Amino acid sequence: MLELSDVSTGYGEAQVLRDVSLDVRAGEIHCLLGRNGAGKTTTMKAITGLLPLWGGTIHLDGAEIGALPAHRVGQTGVGYIPQGRRLFGELTVAQNLEIGLMTRRSSAAVRERALDLFPRLRERMGQRAQTLSGGEQQMLATARALCTEPKVLLLDEPTEGLQPSMIAAIRDVIVQLRSEGTAILLVEQRIDAVLAVADRVTFLENGHARETWAAADLRGNHAVIDRYLGV
Amino acid sequence: MEFGPYLMLASLEGAVTAAVLALTAVGLSLVFGIMRVVNVAHGEFFMLGAVLAWWVSSWFGGPAAVGFIAAAVIAPVLVGLLAAAADMTLLKRIDYDPERTIVVTIGLLYVIQQVTLMTYGPEARPVEPPFNTRLALPWFEWGENGFQLYWPWGLSTTSYKLFVIAAAAAVLAAVWLLMRHTKIGLIMRATQLDGEMAQVFGIPVERVYAFTFGLGAGLAALAAVLIVPIQQAHYLMGGDPLLLSFIVVIIGGLGSLPGTVVAALLIGMSDGIISVFFSPTLAKILATLLVALVLVFRPQGLFGTRAA
Repeated sequence: MLELSDVSTGYGEAQVLRDVSLDVRAGEIHCLLGRNGAGKTTTMKAITGLLPLWGGTIHLDGAEIGALPAHRVGQTGVGYIPQGRRLFGELTVAQNLEIGLMTRRSSAAVRERALDLFPRLRERMGQRAQTLSGGEQQMLATARALCTEPKVLLLDEPTEGLQPSMIAAIRDVIVQLRSEGTAILLVEQRIDAVLAVADRVTFLENGHARETWAAADLRGNHAVIDRYLGV
Repeated sequence: MEFGPYLMLASLEGAVTAAVLALTAVGLSLVFGIMRVVNVAHGEFFMLGAVLAWWVSSWFGGPAAVGFIAAAVIAPVLVGLLAAAADMTLLKRIDYDPERTIVVTIGLLYVIQQVTLMTYGPEARPVEPPFNTRLALPWFEWGENGFQLYWPWGLSTTSYKLFVIAAAAAVLAAVWLLMRHTKIGLIMRATQLDGEMAQVFGIPVERVYAFTFGLGAGLAALAAVLIVPIQQAHYLMGGDPLLLSFIVVIIGGLGSLPGTVVAALLIGMSDGIISVFFSPTLAKILATLLVALVLVFRPQGLFGTRAA
């Protein structure tokens, strides 16, 4: 579904990603693990087109999207839920969702489906996004991305700073999306949460994609995890 | 004349100034709010609007109303297109870097001003107002017969001045509707709040910027078209509107539309009234003092929100 081949990029003069290759299949949760600064968020920004590629290619469903300007990437079916949520804070819940819908000119039925996953947002439609609680904001960020009918969903630390019930709610939605065939690329710090839902795991280190493991093989194999995440 | 009628006359003059100033300042405020560009050339777009209005209306000839309506449509559109082109060829190339955009728009200021001098010349030229009926205004007094209206000698305005106030108010209302209740407005506000995320959701931020810069300049040009039958078009006329717009935008809060309109009323009205009763210089001194006080005690402006 989503395929990165030898992707290199960075900020200004500083190179962050070096020849990163990985693929995310339809109906799979693929997790990126690595220490701070390993290049997890940078990988997501490269996929969304927010960082221009220095080298390599990115294909979605066989079509090259690595050279597209950022506003065209979203229209191909890449949904992005960034770290810190980054809602349009002064706009209402309804307006945030409308911007999601505009991305691929989706129908109102798409919004209804997203709201069915997060019924609590229905009661908040006229409320400004910045006045929502942290968990509701994460729901809105997720619903906004789902309004673009994504084939691939990029989730950057979706459970950061949330209470356990909210983490469970978000995880249930992610699992449901997987069962519907969405390809999911997940960045997550909490290794236990990752191993509970992920199908495959790629370890990033200093901007290199080192190894990709089936999540099942990682459970009980703490040597690998410690090598890439231990301090 | 007594004090009352005088005050009314001064307020009307002030309201005309305020109306034109509000339009110009809203253009500046939109550009800053959405693009974070301090457009030093804003006054020159105002001047271009006036000069083009003269060109268009004299080219059309015929009845004054035809030339004026043509100018009111063509001049803002041309200025807007020119500004959008300047955005795509200049501002985009320097990545909207805050310091460099100031330098670039200063350059733009001189280029526009000198090209106008070389083509249009140094003369000040009037545009004929489409209508200009003198309207005598009534005042009231408590006489022997109780409440009475009478028409003091010299207390009058013109239908055109009232039209300027109404037209500016209508355009401001249209801008507000555009920003609050249309898809374009939603796209512009999303771009303002988080340009990167706007791109993720398919918003072509570069085109939004070009449109915004054009819209801001077009509003200044429209303000100039409205005022040029009263003031005449001259290649150096952009200085005052630029200074006053910055004063208004700082007092109102950069990027806040209601704040800009309120501040324009405050500055325009006080400028009109103080100029009549004391002197124009005192009016400018007080306006500048007000800016200083706002910057000291409320740096985000009266209606601005503190940057997070």
